[in-house]
Amino acid sequence: MSDGNTPPFFNEMFDATGAVRPPYGGLDGWAAAMPEELRSLKQSEAEALFRRIGITFAVYGEGGSPDRLIPFDMFPRVFGADEWRRLENGIKQRARALNAFLVDVYGRGEIVKAGRIPARLVYCNEAYETAVAGITPPKGVYSHIVGVDLVRTGPDEFFVLEDNCRTPSGVSYMLENREIMMRMFPHLFQQKRILPVETYPALLKRTLASVAPAKCQGEPRVAILTPGHFNSAYYEHSFLADQMGVELVEGQDLFVEGDYCWMRTTEGPKRVDVIYRRIDDAFIDPLCFRPDSMLGVPGLMNVYRSGGVTIASAPGAGVADDKAIYTYVPEMVRFYLGEEPILNNVPTWQCAKSDDCAYVLDNLSELVVKEVHGSGGYGMLVGPKATQEQVAAFAEKIKADPDNYIAQPTLALSTTPTFVEEGVAPRHVDLRPYCLVGETVELVPGGLTRVALTEGSLVVNSSQGGGVKDTWVVDE
Amino acid sequence: MLSRTAANLFWTARYIERAETNARLLEVGARNALIPNTGGGYRNEWESILHASGTSDAFRAKYGEAVQRNVETWLFFDRDNPSSVTACIEKARENGRIVRTALTSQVWDALNTAWAEVREFGRTERSKLGTSDLVDWTLRTASLVRGAAMGTQLRNDGYDFTNIGHFLERADSTARLLDTKYFVLLPHVTFVGSGLDNYQWRTLLRALSAHRAFNWAYGGEITPPKIVDFLVLNRASPRSLLTAVEGVNHHLDRLARAYGKATSAQTRARMLLGEMAELTPEDIFDEGLHEFLTRFVRDVSALSEVVHETYLSGETR
Repeated sequence: MSDGNTPPFFNEMFDATGAVRPPYGGLDGWAAAMPEELRSLKQSEAEALFRRIGITFAVYGEGGSPDRLIPFDMFPRVFGADEWRRLENGIKQRARALNAFLVDVYGRGEIVKAGRIPARLVYCNEAYETAVAGITPPKGVYSHIVGVDLVRTGPDEFFVLEDNCRTPSGVSYMLENREIMMRMFPHLFQQKRILPVETYPALLKRTLASVAPAKCQGEPRVAILTPGHFNSAYYEHSFLADQMGVELVEGQDLFVEGDYCWMRTTEGPKRVDVIYRRIDDAFIDPLCFRPDSMLGVPGLMNVYRSGGVTIASAPGAGVADDKAIYTYVPEMVRFYLGEEPILNNVPTWQCAKSDDCAYVLDNLSELVVKEVHGSGGYGMLVGPKATQEQVAAFAEKIKADPDNYIAQPTLALSTTPTFVEEGVAPRHVDLRPYCLVGETVELVPGGLTRVALTEGSLVVNSSQGGGVKDTWVVDE
Repeated sequence: MLSRTAANLFWTARYIERAETNARLLEVGARNALIPNTGGGYRNEWESILHASGTSDAFRAKYGEAVQRNVETWLFFDRDNPSSVTACIEKARENGRIVRTALTSQVWDALNTAWAEVREFGRTERSKLGTSDLVDWTLRTASLVRGAAMGTQLRNDGYDFTNIGHFLERADSTARLLDTKYFVLLPHVTFVGSGLDNYQWRTLLRALSAHRAFNWAYGGEITPPKIVDFLVLNRASPRSLLTAVEGVNHHLDRLARAYGKATSAQTRARMLLGEMAELTPEDIFDEGLHEFLTRFVRDVSALSEVVHETYLSGETR
């Protein structure tokens, strides 16, 4: 079961007869023709490049080097153009519905009134910000960058694992992985028509500029707000600022005066119109949220409310990507767009419901159980991979606080060929594309593929030993 | 540009320059220690080095008496000494990392490599690290960072802030190095002009990598007026105080032009330059070398304060 080639696992490169599926055409020969020495040479070349550009991450709660490299697998993950078209439509549809939902629940709450989502789940949700109720941000967009986490289980079966409406990270890997692949294997890019992803920073900038507040005159000034260089994603913040040609600011660089937000420069104050913040809601403004926050800007929320600045993603966007709300996203698509959802949700049991909870407890060893607010693969149980003791211990945790858990079936994640010690072997993957929502909805053809490097493992998080791959959409 | 970015660039340059100063101090100390202490041991040469580095109290609190090995540890490795070479390299790299995108990859490489190497030194057995190798390494590293910046950085305001940091720190550093002479010789005015005196002056020049340049520029005897002229007033000397003040002025003027606005920083810098340009070595000896240097270090620090308030603090409206 764990070799990833035999059913139930869908191998993205080889079909049941062992033939290469068209999007991967040519890659079998490429991998086979690469001698062992060349491969390890290329691998260390890639690592040297990553280290040189400084693309590292820090794992919270672990000692050791603060500058760790995320493992990069050189075997690309490939989609055909028609496969991608369907994904693209599904992702854009979802991003539109999630934004419509946010505008609605901070406004008239039609979806709740219509009884399609329980009021308690929305208004009693920890991520629901009463401070922004009644606000409709420019162009009706709360979540400007939607990271949709997807897995695949068959040729046409895709499931959305979760939505990330706040500040999804990882897009710098999507871009750098491509740069490195182009540098190391240029002939592959000559052979195959691989659609470019390098337009992402320009599209992001255009998206952010398109949601400038009404009071903004002239060219909108965009800035990225980072918690600072100790943050694990600091590299990404500085990378995006550099690629977009905008300032990378910390809370201390901004201040509020009059109706506007200003940045401290060597030439005096300069007005900031759009803030792409990479800090959590709670830290944005100590006067409005956590008073002990040193990361935010006192008074920023007042400026935001009076339309002096746009904050992306808008405060309060988190209620849409809550794991308890997730179940209702297909409902949102039907309710707001009048369409059938193109992408499926994973069937989910809410331990908060007693029937569901009973089912979950009876079937723990077959399910994946997650914390409602958890992330990064922490605090989860993968039933089929857990020992009896672990399952029993987890059952106690669920009983103690059922509201905190949801459960899903163990999905048969697809595999793609991956370079491992013994050569090439199938490993399980997921996908996170980054959908941009502003005046228009955009998606670059690609995303971040995460791969579980351990044989048989289904956990792809970098904090749990996962790696990344370049993700191609080939137009042939 | 963001005030904080400007401050990070400014401090990256200052810390690199400061690391170099400490290495040069080590060099002076190590060479002075090689001659017999004919002065009767009133003042230990190492103490003068600590004085010049401005850290003698902190040193004494931690180690007590100024023993060569401890001073070397203190000046190169000790993170408790905020201006040890190791601390400076780490802070330079940290400042650089924060503004990574304002640096070219060559500059970043130089900083990052220096950081990795200095960490490696910290893990290496001390007996395997000769003082002169550590000094050479530091000078080489500082040259590499500066050279990369000079060769590759965009000539924008960031470049000016980098250079202002560099020249302010260098002005401070040369003045402090020059002042070591005061501490060594103060109680023994009779030594002036003696063999010992000349040896120490020569060591100082050597530590500033300037002994050959001095010979080319002045020839013959090393005399205090010539040295002071060379290290304070000579525009051709790359480490002279006047050269450093001119550098600060040049880059402040460039900023004023680019921003279309002069500030009190420019006024202040020009005043200092005007005063320096009028000086002769005789004036300096009349005032007293130590008194002059003390005043100069104070002036430079005041100028640095104004630059900070005007450009780096973000408080200007």
